[in-house]
Amino acid sequence: MEVTADLLVNALISGILLAGFYAAVSVGIGIAFGMLDVVNIAHPAFIVLGAYVAYIAHEMLGADPIVTAFVLSPAFFVLGLVIYRIYYYAFERHGQESLRSLAFFFGILFITEVVLILSFGVDYRLVNTSYSSTTWRVGFVDFPLRLVVPFAVSLAMTLGLHFYFTRTFFGRSVLAVAQDPLALQLMGVNPRRVKELAFALSIATAGVAGAFLIVIQPVQPALGRVFIGLVFAITVLGGLGSITGTMVGAAILGIAESFTATFFGPSWSPAVSFGLLLAALAFKPTGLLGR
Amino acid sequence: MKARWFTPIVFTVTLLVVALALATVTNNYFYTAAYIVLQFIILATAWNILGGLTGYVNFGSAAFFSLGAYSSVVMFSLFKAPVPLAIPVSAAVAGLVGLGAGYLTLRLRGVFFAIATLAMSEVLYTFVVNWDYVGGARGAYIILQDDPPFGFSNHTQYLFTVMALMTAFAIAVARYVETSRLGRGLAAIRDDEVAAECSGVPTLRLKLISTTVSGALMGMSGSTFPYFMQYVEPTSSFSLSYSVNAIAMPLIGGMHSWAGPLIGAILLGTIQQIVQVTVSSAWNLLIVGVLLVVFVTLAPDGIMGWFDHWRARRRRS
Repeated sequence: MEVTADLLVNALISGILLAGFYAAVSVGIGIAFGMLDVVNIAHPAFIVLGAYVAYIAHEMLGADPIVTAFVLSPAFFVLGLVIYRIYYYAFERHGQESLRSLAFFFGILFITEVVLILSFGVDYRLVNTSYSSTTWRVGFVDFPLRLVVPFAVSLAMTLGLHFYFTRTFFGRSVLAVAQDPLALQLMGVNPRRVKELAFALSIATAGVAGAFLIVIQPVQPALGRVFIGLVFAITVLGGLGSITGTMVGAAILGIAESFTATFFGPSWSPAVSFGLLLAALAFKPTGLLGR
Repeated sequence: MKARWFTPIVFTVTLLVVALALATVTNNYFYTAAYIVLQFIILATAWNILGGLTGYVNFGSAAFFSLGAYSSVVMFSLFKAPVPLAIPVSAAVAGLVGLGAGYLTLRLRGVFFAIATLAMSEVLYTFVVNWDYVGGARGAYIILQDDPPFGFSNHTQYLFTVMALMTAFAIAVARYVETSRLGRGLAAIRDDEVAAECSGVPTLRLKLISTTVSGALMGMSGSTFPYFMQYVEPTSSFSLSYSVNAIAMPLIGGMHSWAGPLIGAILLGTIQQIVQVTVSSAWNLLIVGVLLVVFVTLAPDGIMGWFDHWRARRRRS
């Protein structure tokens, strides 16, 4: 295949647009895994769940997926609270976090997937919004609104979270809880409460990311698994405990995947996230902007 | 029971049960169901060699299983490899991949190993789907034209017998690892890796050995799969249900000895065979998932844990 300038620029642009979406997908893991040390491998399952919720709302009420997502994010927040409670009482309290809690989240991932298969079947579902088929063209560069809208909303959400975690008292106590829960307790903050709220927030972002997902591409129940490698690759690559790191990781992965899809074919793009994840783990496990 | 008697006893019992089955049962469905349960016993036992003994979670059992299955497919396409040759080669391939993945990630926190195995599953799946020689997404056929060797009446019964012997082998290996110096080292890693390292336990080497052994056994269980089904395709061979079952069975049975995965696999495997026939295969996956979550939150030591608890209480009174 001949590599032309417009092909390269288009691949770069769509990579950057994709990166915006990836930031929304992995910011929740950035919070749960990077800051709270809760290895929530079920995170992608909640994203797919969010996509299905947006799909139902669109089918029944004709609601825009992204609007639905923000309206329903309190529900995901509550779901997150419940899951963290179970996690806390079953594992964290006994200090048995590693093996069993991993199996617990893996079980939740699996249950969510099977329940979605039982209720919706394995067909791909898609939402067609008013902007789905519109594409802006600037010169020879394409800006499909299908990607631009999630990109813009996701960027706003991720930046908002970044400022929330670095500028507010609650945000800073979340950053503190992973470092030293005892010291935090001595400052008069309940570490469990902080972790609970932050974890719930991470599940709420999963619901919103799910809405982006169904705007961007058709969704089927097993899609969550494809994102596991992706979200952890982004979080590890960018560095744990830093939302800016997550954004950098998302940018690297989005662009790398877009180039792979353009030059080798889209069926190879899942291999990119794993390759980058392994490379990050082997050569720089602290990530690019790790704490 | 003395360690040196364990292996002969396991093999004798297995051979007796197989001989009894071959002499009395002619229904081929029985052999298919039994083959699947045996396959789960090997996967669960193999998972436990790493997961139960060291506490490192492998989410990629399906990938190791498929490595075994697809190694057989490649060998069969190349030179019509017979089953006894396909088994050790498939096991070696899966073991080497386990060694490689372990070498890259086992020096880090256990979480990273877990995530890497999960992601590795997806990537190997992508490779197989894109690899035309093994049929890509369409799958590959293995058509056995010759009669089965050793006077068996059909291939199903022959492969069932092979599977039973492999299961006995896997259990003997698991028991050996558990009772040897290696097993004590692994238990030390599970309890406190830093303390083990400080006391001179070569933690990385032990972890690598158990990852390799565990991966090789999983590959072994997959090696006969394409011969048995005469067809294999990536979506079902990389199915998450293998990975979930391989974790759920030891967790439900109990992870601290070779008997736990065996009990868990027989129990869960049989339930799934029954539900699959009477209800549907999606429901049996739901059952596994729910049992996994319930056991891990409420009964973390599994069925063997209840048993140990009961024995300890009886000794006290």
